[in-house]
Amino acid sequence: MQSELSLLEQIKQDKIWEFPGGIHPPEQKSLSNQTAINDLPSCQRYYVPIKQHIGSTDDILVNVGDDVLGNQALTDANLAMTVPVHAPVAGKVVAIEPHVSAHASAKPELTIVIERSDNQKTISAQPIKKWASEDRLTLATQIKKMGLSGMGGAGFPTHIKVNSAKPIDVLILNGVECEPYITSDDVLMREFAHDIITGGQILQHVLQSKICVIAIEDNKPEAIESIKKACEGIEGFKVKVVPTKYPSGGEKQLIQLLTGEQVPSGSIPADLGIVMQNVGTAYAVKEAIIDGLPLTKRVVTITGDRVSASQNVWALLGTPVSELLLHAGFNPEKDQRVIMGGPMMGFAVLDAAMPVIKTTNCILAPSAYKLPEQGVEQACIRCGLCADACPAELLPQQLQWFSKAKDHEKLEDYNLFDCIECGACAYVCPSQIPLVQYYRTSKAEIREAQQEKIKSDKAKVRFEQRQERLEREKEARLAKHKASAEKRAQALQKDTSAKDKIAAALARAKAKKAAKAEESNASVPATVEEDAAAARKAKVAEAIARAKAKKASSQESSQSTDAAPEAETLAKEKPTSENKEQPESQSSEQATPSADELRKQKIAAAIAKAKAKKAKSD
Amino acid sequence: MTEFFLLLISTVFVNNFVLVKFLGLCPFMGVSSKIETAMGMAMATTFVLTLASMSSYLINAYILQPLDLEFLRTISFILVIAVVVQFTEMVVHKTSPKLYRLLGIFLPLITTNCAVLGVALLNVNAEHNFAQSIVYGFGAAVGFSLVLVLFAAMRERIAVADVPSPFKGSAIAMITAGLMSLAFLGFAGLVSF
Amino acid sequence: MQIILYALLALVILAVIFGAVLGYASVRFKVEADPLVDQLNDLLPQTQCGQCGYPGCKPYAEAIANGDEINKCPPGGEATIKNIADLMGVDAKPLDAAHGEEDVKKVAYIREDECIGCTKCIQACPVDAIVGASKVMHTVIVDECTGCDLCVEPCPVDCIDMVPVQQPTSHWKWKEPLIPIKNLS
Repeated sequence: MQSELSLLEQIKQDKIWEFPGGIHPPEQKSLSNQTAINDLPSCQRYYVPIKQHIGSTDDILVNVGDDVLGNQALTDANLAMTVPVHAPVAGKVVAIEPHVSAHASAKPELTIVIERSDNQKTISAQPIKKWASEDRLTLATQIKKMGLSGMGGAGFPTHIKVNSAKPIDVLILNGVECEPYITSDDVLMREFAHDIITGGQILQHVLQSKICVIAIEDNKPEAIESIKKACEGIEGFKVKVVPTKYPSGGEKQLIQLLTGEQVPSGSIPADLGIVMQNVGTAYAVKEAIIDGLPLTKRVVTITGDRVSASQNVWALLGTPVSELLLHAGFNPEKDQRVIMGGPMMGFAVLDAAMPVIKTTNCILAPSAYKLPEQGVEQACIRCGLCADACPAELLPQQLQWFSKAKDHEKLEDYNLFDCIECGACAYVCPSQIPLVQYYRTSKAEIREAQQEKIKSDKAKVRFEQRQERLEREKEARLAKHKASAEKRAQALQKDTSAKDKIAAALARAKAKKAAKAEESNASVPATVEEDAAAARKAKVAEAIARAKAKKASSQESSQSTDAAPEAETLAKEKPTSENKEQPESQSSEQATPSADELRKQKIAAAIAKAKAKKAKSD
Repeated sequence: MTEFFLLLISTVFVNNFVLVKFLGLCPFMGVSSKIETAMGMAMATTFVLTLASMSSYLINAYILQPLDLEFLRTISFILVIAVVVQFTEMVVHKTSPKLYRLLGIFLPLITTNCAVLGVALLNVNAEHNFAQSIVYGFGAAVGFSLVLVLFAAMRERIAVADVPSPFKGSAIAMITAGLMSLAFLGFAGLVSF
Repeated sequence: MQIILYALLALVILAVIFGAVLGYASVRFKVEADPLVDQLNDLLPQTQCGQCGYPGCKPYAEAIANGDEINKCPPGGEATIKNIADLMGVDAKPLDAAHGEEDVKKVAYIREDECIGCTKCIQACPVDAIVGASKVMHTVIVDECTGCDLCVEPCPVDCIDMVPVQQPTSHWKWKEPLIPIKNLS
């Protein structure tokens, strides 16, 4: 803690530290920072993905066909790590379906599609004007309700970051924007400096931090002026200008620049008492608390030399990329690439219907001349330029060898997961090896292997438990059999009359069987069909007897009960009476045969049975 | 004191048992594909060498020489080494079954490691006293371990590097070992032992 | 003559001493059952599918410990073969095609319209991933299903499908190279 105090002193003293590595790519910022932020003309349909942050999602509050007002909450956010999304415009929900996501994979993710209506109305805002007297939880809840997540690129839920359980001393507002081409934070700072500072004040209040540092790169003189003016006279705010280097805007790198402290591998800045937020997020905090507006728009840079009018626009979340490009005068060449994000960390847009989400800071349409395509990968010459450039002090060359050899153990030993995927190593590689690509693939493989291990361990436990259960059940069955057998034996010994009863029952059963056999021999039918007919006859006779009995009982109860049961029995009687006709006629035909005829019929029956068996087996 | 220090320098660098005297090459090539295995082997060999050189000196000085039984030297030394190795094997099996399995057949092969018998016999040739024998044995072990671990580290990197296919595997390992040996020749003449 | 006597005596004494030392050591450092089989079993994917030819993963682990080939497990794939090779100290071989091909991860899905509630699939599942009882609807718990395929055979109405698992975007597996966008209208 002592170093923290002197740290605060040092921070107040304008000291800037350094971080290792880094590169200086051409900035290309002048393309898009010459004009003020424009408004993007509205489009017909808005595609709002339900997940635009790191975390999980909760229930969707609207159905297809619903009319929604502008700024209406579309999803719920009760679970931890959930952030709601809101309707950017008033309109009708025409679909809730998988739509291409704003991700490198362009995989379809669940998206709410809203058709803009002509009549634009917004729901009533719920601001918290007197935020200085509110407690941390209230403000964090409002931040969550208004759908705020990190707008610098990662998308971490803001309400979780500001509601840190650890004591926070330093709040850093990240206005560095180190990646080439992107100027969205620059113009936001120029035009809305006061709002950003207000947002910073709210965050200071929530975090109870001692100082707020706004970090800006030295290639943004107007923004520095603007922010400095807005900070005048406000306690606890300091503007720090950092030298232009990529990737100064990375969270860990900026902390090292401003405080000289390195965030240890596996820790988060909150462990050091530091919280960092993008200036865009700070602006959104101001809007959420003071104006009660949810996050439905953000500044997006549309740039590159294949758009005729590079500029920054206020884009509503959910606007398809195609709209932005068309607005800026898109002029595609052959094999045109469109990148969402910057040239270092952005990803290729594979479908122009990809929507703008909370973390979209730039749409870049470069020419192949200015931003050449990935060259042919050649052999590593072990020059070591990559290790010089790495801001995380890793060994990209070794990581590349192990990645190609799929040596997961060694990759973890060499701290693969500390790589921030900034791309500085791939930028300097003279053999044009796509290093970050290899690291991403390896990271995914390692994560997959870890998931598989967890799954297989679970399956093993379940399998073993199942085996045990089957064993137990078998044992239980055997024990039960044994117990009941013993019981029976005991019972027999005790009660000899039981033995007699059993013997009598067995005798009766035997007698019945013998009698039945005799009966069947006596009334032998001539053919197999008559055999069946005789069986039917017996069944019918039984049914008749049953019906008669029921009739008798129903007649008894008919005085007291209603007609329904009578009707039932009548109905039952009807079919039985029909059946009555048939067998009676049949029985009249069949007269009792004589002894000789009996024998003949027996033989005939036997032959018939044998024939039937043969037919069955065939 | 200086004498022991020079003895150590001699056995570890100048007359390194593996790279200069070319003894004990079997485990050197066989176990050096991973650093963990190499370190395990190094520790096992150090233990065996020190103990073996101690006991072989004692046996030579107090049993063989007084009774004029020098002709039994080889067999009794091998007996001692075999017992020590067997003991080491049991300890390793108990304390680290993983290492035991990784070393595999090379653990009992320390018995036939010419470096171990070599140390014992060279001690006799050089007519070292007890203290010198121990230092000599320990120094030899340290030299062996040093080279083994260095070689393993290099082999691990070579395994994932883009070696041309005719050289992959033991070929590049032999070439590397040869280059290391050339490097250690640079120590020649440092200590005249 | 005397010297031979001395020699024999010396050797015998030595042998006795060393024998005693080793005898004591063998008792002191006694090792129980070999944990190799358990370690191998931990590396296998536990689908209990039987594609390796053994009735489950533990029997295959025992077989490997006794020297069987390590490349018989399709659900484990290349990664598992590599891990077993590292553990056993042998060379990693490509997957033996005779035991199946490495496929995408699948889970079972019961078409509920056709299920007759016979419980045959429940009895077949090695990890109890199917919920149900006699004459009651059966359904597969997706999180527990290992995709082993053992439930498909016993079903008398053939109402079980093996469906590839959908990976969420957060677990998306990067492939090399990325596809460049060709056309934008």
